Order: sequence, then C-alpha cells, then structure tokens
Amino acid sequence: MHEFSVVQSLMELIEKYAEENKAKRVVKVIIRVGILSGIEPHLLELAFNTFKEGTIAEGALLVIERENLKVKCQECGAEGEKDELNTLCPFCGSLNTNIIAGQEMLLKSLELECEDET
Amino acid sequence: MCRECGCSVNHQHEHKHEDTKTLEVFTKILEANDRQAQENREHFEEHGVYCINLMSSPGAGKTSLLEKTIELVGRELRIGVIEGDLETNRDAERIKSKGAPAYQITTGSACHLDASMVHKGIHHLPLEELDIVFVENVGNLVCPASYDVGAHLNVVLLSVTEGDDKPEKYPVMFRSADLMLITKTDLLPYVDFSVDRAVSSAKKIKPNMDFMMLSTKTGEGLEDWIDYLKFKVKFYRKAFK
Ligand SMILES: Nc1nc2c(ncn2[C@@H]2O[C@H](COP(=O)(O)OP(=O)(O)O)[C@@H](O)[C@H]2O)c(=O)[nH]1
Ligand SMILES: [Mg+2]
Ligand SMILES: [Zn+2]
Ligand SMILES: [Zn+2]
Ligand SMILES: [Zn+2]
Ligand SMILES: [Zn+2]
Repeated sequence: MHEFSVVQSLMELIEKYAEENKAKRVVKVIIRVGILSGIEPHLLELAFNTFKEGTIAEGALLVIERENLKVKCQECGAEGEKDELNTLCPFCGSLNTNIIAGQEMLLKSLELECEDET
Repeated sequence: MCRECGCSVNHQHEHKHEDTKTLEVFTKILEANDRQAQENREHFEEHGVYCINLMSSPGAGKTSLLEKTIELVGRELRIGVIEGDLETNRDAERIKSKGAPAYQITTGSACHLDASMVHKGIHHLPLEELDIVFVENVGNLVCPASYDVGAHLNVVLLSVTEGDDKPEKYPVMFRSADLMLITKTDLLPYVDFSVDRAVSSAKKIKPNMDFMMLSTKTGEGLEDWIDYLKFKVKFYRKAFK
C-alpha cells in the first residue's frame, strides 16, 4: 500500500507551504485524486489521519475530490467523461484518444490559520 | 488583499486575527519524486545509458528474464541491474553470477521503488561501461505504477498463470507501461489464458502499447526481445547524439 508514502510526500508539501506562509495551523487540506491515479481515497484518508498527529496539520480536515477519467478523441474531436476505466472514445469508440483528466494527484489548496497580528 | 497574511479579505488589523486564508497551490503530490526521476533520466542520458523499469506481480519472471537477457546479448549490449525485489539479496546474486554488475536496493518493507532509491543505485553502477540499466521493481501491480523512477521505458510482465484479466483489474499499471511482455508462454497449454483478451484489454487502457510473448524456459520469443532491445538502444542513441 503506497498511500502511506504518498501521504508522506503530501505532508512535506503541507509543511513547506505552511512555513512559507507563517501559518500557525492548517485547517483544511483539499486534494484532487484522479480515478486513474492509483490512489484509493479511503486508504489515503486513513494514512493522512495517522500521519497528521503531532504535525501542523494535526486538526486539519482532509477533503478528497475525485476526478473522473476524461478523454479527447483524435478521430472525432469530441471530449468526454468516461464511466469505465478505459480510454475508448465514448462517442465513436476509437482507441485514438488522449487522457485529459483523471490521472493526477494534486494538492489543490490549503486553508491556513496565520500568525496573530497585534 | 491583506498584506500581513495574504488573506483575501480587505480588513483592518486591530482585531485579533482568527480567520483563515485559503492558499491555492495546485501542486502534484509526488512532485519531488518526479523531479528526482527527471534527474535520474538526465544522469543516464549523460552516459548514453538506456534505462528500463521492469514491473510485475511477484514471480512473473523478471529476474529469470534478466538472467536470460544477459546471457543472450553477450558483449553486444552491456547490462547493469538495479535490483529492488524485496529483502533478500538473492536476485542481485543471480544477476551477478551471470557476469553483470548489479546493485541491491534495500527496500525494507517498501512496496515500490521511488526515484531516490533508484538514484542511490545509479551511483553504485559503472554507468560509463553500460548500455542498458534495468530496474527490477518490487513485485506489485499497484504502487510502482504511481512512481516514475526515471526510466526511458516502462515494461510490465504478465505471466500466463496470472490470468488474462489483469489489465482490466490493474488499469493504472497497464496505463503506465509502454510494453507488455506476456511471459511463461510454455505454460499456455495448461491454463485458460487468452492472449487476445489480455492484449485487447491492455490496449483499451493504453492504445499504443507494444506487446511481445516469451518463455525463458523454452526460449520462445527471446530473440525478438533481444532485437527489440537493440532497436530501442539504437534509436535512443540517435536521439541523444
Ligand atoms: N514455466 C516457466 N517458469 C518460469 C518462466 N520464467 C520464470 N519462471 C519461474 O517462475 C518463478 C519466478 O521467477 P522469477 O524470475 O524469480 O520472478 P520475479 O519474481 O518476477 O523475478 C521461478 O520459479 C522461475 O523458474 C518461464 O518462462 N516458464
Ligand atoms: Mg525477482
Ligand atoms: Zn502498496
Ligand atoms: Zn471519437
Ligand atoms: Zn489579515
Ligand atoms: Zn546523482
């Protein structure tokens, strides 16, 4: 299960951004996980909740947005979302398509509580 | 925008600032790995070395294929191996006994190799004396697919005893592969494995996937495999000269 090592990388990013922004606390973490990214959302959540203890993201809420597979057809030019995990064009059935969404795992945004100002 | 904290609300700062700000980052979570992988690739390219990442379930025949490949290419292609299969040193020893340099990465309980592990391996191989470096990844059809290790070619081995439904069950892995090797074809008569089904379902997730069939036991398909390697190395060299 590589969700633990993915979360380790995620934590490093979070800590970097929190420090750069002089955050006291990370309140919310929004990530986007493509259906073809190889990530199991519930395993990721489990790993996140284990790793966040004792970090700046200790109390943070993890929001996982699922992103569907989307292809662009090189034959008929159409773009469409896929229900099944294959890259056939949903309109003409061609194999000649490019994936335009659904493969990535992104840290989208962070909600930070910043330094108190006096 | 608030200068002190960058929050989007334009407010005054006498208040005790309890509100939060949202920071849009849109960063790939595995960005650091991707960067290291690119560095590895450049490292190989400086030495004109072609790197191939072998992935499969445990026991699909990665080490056996490497042994045969080293035997068959003779002096024509000089091969080195970064060995990532679990725990024991056995796979690296098998390679070394064939006369090729090999470095065993100790992965502990890791279920995949990442680019920094492979980077360590790179520095233990005499790159200037090599044409191809194979990375034998951890036997696992899930995790290795998410980690770029800096190879020029990703290969997935599918042994006929595993079943022809693997490409459908592990689409991320088969999407990540450039070449599918159907292995242990000597066992085809004994198992219900439809080569057509395996290939067509792999192509549904990776339309331009190459595929080949081979058996390290009977030698079937090995000549084509060696030709394929020579061809790949030749065109790789052209691109980098
Ligand atoms: N029948 C048959 N067995 C094979 C073939 N290739 C490998 N094996 C056997 O499959 C087992 C696992 O092979 P190995 O190369 O260690 O797999 P790895 O875990 O992917 O490195 C060993 O017992 C091999 O002898 C083949 O082409 N035909
Ligand atoms: Mg092995
Ligand atoms: Zn894993
Ligand atoms: Zn189409
Ligand atoms: Zn403010
Ligand atoms: Zn280096």
